[in-house]
Amino acid sequence: MRGYRYLLNKIAWACLTVLFVIVLNFFLFRILPGDPARAGIRDPRMTVQAQEAIRVRFGLDKPVINCFESLNPLRLGKCGVNPLDTQFFIYIRNLFRGELGFSYHTNRPVVDMIGERLWNTILLTGPAQILSIVLGMGLGLLAAWKAHTAIDYASLIGSLVAWSVPTFWLGILLLFWGSSKLGLPIGGKMTAGATYASTAEQWLDVLRHMLLPTITFTIVYMGEYMLYMRSAVLEVLAEDYTLTAKAKGLKTSRILRVHALPNALLPMVTIIALNLGFIVSGAIFIETVFSWPGLGLAVYEALNRRDYPMLQGLFLLLALSVVLANLVAELLYSVLDPRIKTG
Amino acid sequence: MSRVDGAPLLLDVRDLSIDFSTHDQGAMHAVENVSFMLREGEVLGVVGESGCGKTTAMLGILRLLPVTGRIVSGEILFGGRDLLALSESEMADVRWKDIAMIFQGAMNALNPVHRVGDQIAEAYVQHASKADRASADERVCRLLDMVGISRNRKNQYPHQYSGGMRQRAMIAMALACTPQVVIADEPTTALDVMVQAQILELLKSLCDSIGVAIIVVTHDLGVVAEVCDSVLVMYGGIAAEYADVDTLFNAAQHPYTRLLLDAFPDLTRPKDRLTSIPGYPPRLNALPPGCRFAPRCPAAFDRCHVEQPGLSQLGRFHSASCFLVEPK
Amino acid sequence: MSEQTQTTSLRGLWASLKRNPMAVAGLFMVLFTVLLALFAPLLAPYNPKESVRVTVDDIYAAPSSAHWLGTDDAGKDVFSNLIYGTRVSLTVGFFAAFISLAIGGTIGLVAGFVGGRVENLLMRFTDVILVIPDLPLIMVLVALTKPSLVNIIIVIGILGWTGTARLVRSQTLSVKERKFVLRARSIGAGNFYLIRRHIFPSVFPLMMVNTVLVISLAILEESSLAFIGLGDPTTLSWGQMLNFAFTRGGMSSGAWWALISPGFAIVWVVLGLTLLGQGLEQVFNPRLEWHHLSKAKRMVRRIITRSVESDKEEAS
Repeated sequence: MRGYRYLLNKIAWACLTVLFVIVLNFFLFRILPGDPARAGIRDPRMTVQAQEAIRVRFGLDKPVINCFESLNPLRLGKCGVNPLDTQFFIYIRNLFRGELGFSYHTNRPVVDMIGERLWNTILLTGPAQILSIVLGMGLGLLAAWKAHTAIDYASLIGSLVAWSVPTFWLGILLLFWGSSKLGLPIGGKMTAGATYASTAEQWLDVLRHMLLPTITFTIVYMGEYMLYMRSAVLEVLAEDYTLTAKAKGLKTSRILRVHALPNALLPMVTIIALNLGFIVSGAIFIETVFSWPGLGLAVYEALNRRDYPMLQGLFLLLALSVVLANLVAELLYSVLDPRIKTG
Repeated sequence: MSRVDGAPLLLDVRDLSIDFSTHDQGAMHAVENVSFMLREGEVLGVVGESGCGKTTAMLGILRLLPVTGRIVSGEILFGGRDLLALSESEMADVRWKDIAMIFQGAMNALNPVHRVGDQIAEAYVQHASKADRASADERVCRLLDMVGISRNRKNQYPHQYSGGMRQRAMIAMALACTPQVVIADEPTTALDVMVQAQILELLKSLCDSIGVAIIVVTHDLGVVAEVCDSVLVMYGGIAAEYADVDTLFNAAQHPYTRLLLDAFPDLTRPKDRLTSIPGYPPRLNALPPGCRFAPRCPAAFDRCHVEQPGLSQLGRFHSASCFLVEPK
Repeated sequence: MSEQTQTTSLRGLWASLKRNPMAVAGLFMVLFTVLLALFAPLLAPYNPKESVRVTVDDIYAAPSSAHWLGTDDAGKDVFSNLIYGTRVSLTVGFFAAFISLAIGGTIGLVAGFVGGRVENLLMRFTDVILVIPDLPLIMVLVALTKPSLVNIIIVIGILGWTGTARLVRSQTLSVKERKFVLRARSIGAGNFYLIRRHIFPSVFPLMMVNTVLVISLAILEESSLAFIGLGDPTTLSWGQMLNFAFTRGGMSSGAWWALISPGFAIVWVVLGLTLLGQGLEQVFNPRLEWHHLSKAKRMVRRIITRSVESDKEEAS
C-alpha cells in the first residue's frame, strides 16, 4: 500500500475506535445498579432535598439520552425531550471542553485528580519500562546468539519464571523483604510528614520509595521482552542473509549489530508499543501493593469507593492510551520496515 | 583439449569427506572422498540431483557448514595452504577476499532492511586495506556496471529488485573484493528462462574479462554445456565422474552420467520418448552397501552391490568410480 | 539432516515431547497440581470449610508441626487452603479457557474460512475488544453482577478470546490457500467436509498450544482480580488468600507464610503450563535448533565418528 493511504487508513480506524470507546464509556457506567447519587453519598441521614440537590449538581436529574421514539423520523419531536439537554449530550459536550465531571469522593474535577496522579505513574513506569526494554532485549539477543548453551537455558528459565509470576505477588515479596531486611519504605511516594533540607534530599526520598516498585515492574516486563526478542533473533539468525554475512567474512559482533538487530527490532517495536498502551492497567497492581499515588492506585481507590465519575474518566484514559499506542505501533512499523516504507 | 589446460592450479580439493550428525538417525555421510581441481580462469560445473551433497561440499570449502556438519577428513589446498587447517579468524580473511559464494535462492540472501549498495560496500570495506566512503562508493558503482544494474539503483532495497536483478546484485557483491574463485550455487534456479540466459552470459563474460574462476553448482546439464570447462558429477555424496566438458558429453563412462545425458532432451530427435532414471537417490544415513548407484544402475552386477568402487583414472583429466571401468 | 518425526499419534507426541526437558518438567508440574486437586480431601490436613474456634493466638500463627505453613487471618491452616485452592484455580482456568477458546475458535474459523466482508468485520470487532482495557471493564461487570466464581469465569472467558481468534484465522487462511483445498472443492467437497477433514487437523495442534497458554492467562487473571478485591470472597482461591493476607494485616504481622505460599502456588501452576506450552509448540511448530552463528558443541547430541566399526555395522 502506498504510504499515505496506509497512514490515513490507520488513523481513520483509530478515530472510529475512539468514538466507540467514548460511547461505550458513557453507557457502561450508566447501567450500574442503584442510583449513582445514592452510591456516592454515605450519610443516610441526608434529607431528600439534599439528595435531590446533589443529583442536580451531578446532572443526574436529566434524562439519560433522547428517548428512542424520536429516532423514528415519522414521529420526530413527539417525545418532548430536548436532545441537547440529555446526560449523553452533556457528556459529549464536556468531553470537548476537556471536562470529565466531578469525583463523587472528593468533589473535585476528575481531570484535576487525574492530572495529579498522571505524573506519578509516568515517574514509576517510565524508567522501569526503559530498563526492562534494554535489559530484556539485550538478554534476548545474547540468549538467541548462544542458543542451547547454559547461558541460554538459564536466561530462558529466568524469563519464564518472571513471566509466570503475578505482578502483585512479586511486589509483595520484594516489599516484605525490602522493608524488613533492608529498611526500605513500606509504601507511598515520600515519607509522610517529612520536611526536606533541599530538593535533592526530597528526590532522594522519592528514589528510595521508588526503588522496589521499579524493580518489580522491570523484572516482570523484562521476562516478556526477553522471550519475544530471543524468538525474533533466533528467526533472524537462521535466515539466509545471516549466512551471507558470515560468508563475507564479517565479525560476529558486526553481524549481530548490523544484520540481526535491525531485523529483530521490527516485531519488537510493535510489541513494545502495544505494551505501553496497557501500562497503566499493569501499574494498577504495583501501585496498589506499594501505595504509590499514581493512576493505578486511583483506579483501585475509585473502584472501592464506587466513585463512578472517576472510574469513567480513568476508563476513558486507559482506552485512549491503548488506541494511541496501537496507532503509534503501526506507524512506527511502517516507518522502520523498508518494505512498507517504499512500497 | 580444454582452454585452461596449462593454467596454474588455484584450488585443489582432495578426499573431502563431510558428515552430519542427527538426533536419532545416526551420522549422515553427506560427502565422501570427493576430489577435484580448479585452475585459473576455469569454470567447473558440479552436477547432481538434489541431496547429492554438492552444496554441502561447497559450504565445506568455505567452512560455512551448519553446526551439525563436520568435515571428517580431506585437504583443501588454496594458495599453498590447507584451508581446513586455518583458524576461524584466518578463514574469515580468506572468505570473500579470495573465495566468494553466491548462495542458492538469492531472494533471501540479501538483508531486507539495508540498501543493496550498502551491502555490497560492506563486503568491500571488510577486506580492503584502506577504504573510505568515496572509494567504496566508486567500487559499488563499478561493480553494478559490471553486472548490468543501473547505478542509481544502489540506494534501493532488495525488495525493489526483481529476481534476476537480485541474482546479479549477488554476483556484484561476490566480486566486490576481486576474488580468485567464485562459487555459484544454483545461480539460475527459480529464474525464468530468459533471465537464466542473461545470468549465464554474465558469468561467462566475467570469467573472460576478469579471469575469475567459477564453480557452478547445478542440476541442469544445459547450464553445464553452456559455460563449463570441466564437470564433476556427484551422486549420493561421492564423485561419480570427473572430466572436462567435451569428454563428459561425448565419452561419459559412469552409468549414472550416461543416464543423466540420456534424460536430457535432445532437440535433434524430438520424437524420442523422454527417459528418466527410475528410483530415488539414497538416504544419506541409510546408504546401500557397495556402490551407491547400484540399486538404480542398469549395468550393475554382483560385485557392485557388495563393494564400493574406488576412483579409477581414465585419462589425464578423466576419472570415474565404477567397476565397469576399473582397470583389471 | 534429520527432520522431526511427524507426530500424528499420541505416542509420537510423547516421544517428541520427552526430548525437551523443560516440557517434561512442565507436564509433571501440571499433573502434580491436578492430582492435588483431585485428592485434596485426602491430602489436606484440615478442611477449610469447617469452622474452627480460634483464639487470638491462632491468627497468623507461624508455621509449626500442627500447621506446616502457619495460619491465616481467620486462623485457618494455610497449607490446607493451598491444597484446596488448586481446585479453584484449575476450575477457573479450564472453564474460562474453554469459553475463550470456543468463542475465539469459532470467530477465527468463520473469519478465515468465509473471508471477505465477514472476515473484515469480525477482525475489526476483535481489534475493538482488544482495545478495551480489561480491568475497568471487569470491574464494572463484576459490580453489575454478584462477584461469584461463575461470573468471574464467564467474564474472563469473554474477554480472553482475541489471541485465539487471530491464531485460528491465520491458520485457517493458510490452509485454505493450499492447493489441495482447491482441488477438493473442485471435486465437490462441501464446506463442512473441508473444515472437518482439512482445516481442523491443521488448526488443532496450534490450538492445543494456545489452550495451554489461555489457561495459564486465565489463572493469572483470576488471581489478579481476586487480589484487587473483585474475586469471590466465599471461594478461597490463591489470589483471594493473598487479598486477605494483604488487606488484613498480614504484612504488619510479618506473616510471610500467608503472603508467600499462595503466590508460589500460582507460579508453580502457571510456570508448569508455560513450560508445557513451550514444549508443545516446539513439537508442532519445530524450529531449527541451530542458526548460522551457532558454535555450541553441546547442540550436537550424538556425533557418531566415522570409524571402521561403524562402517562395518552399516555393511552388515
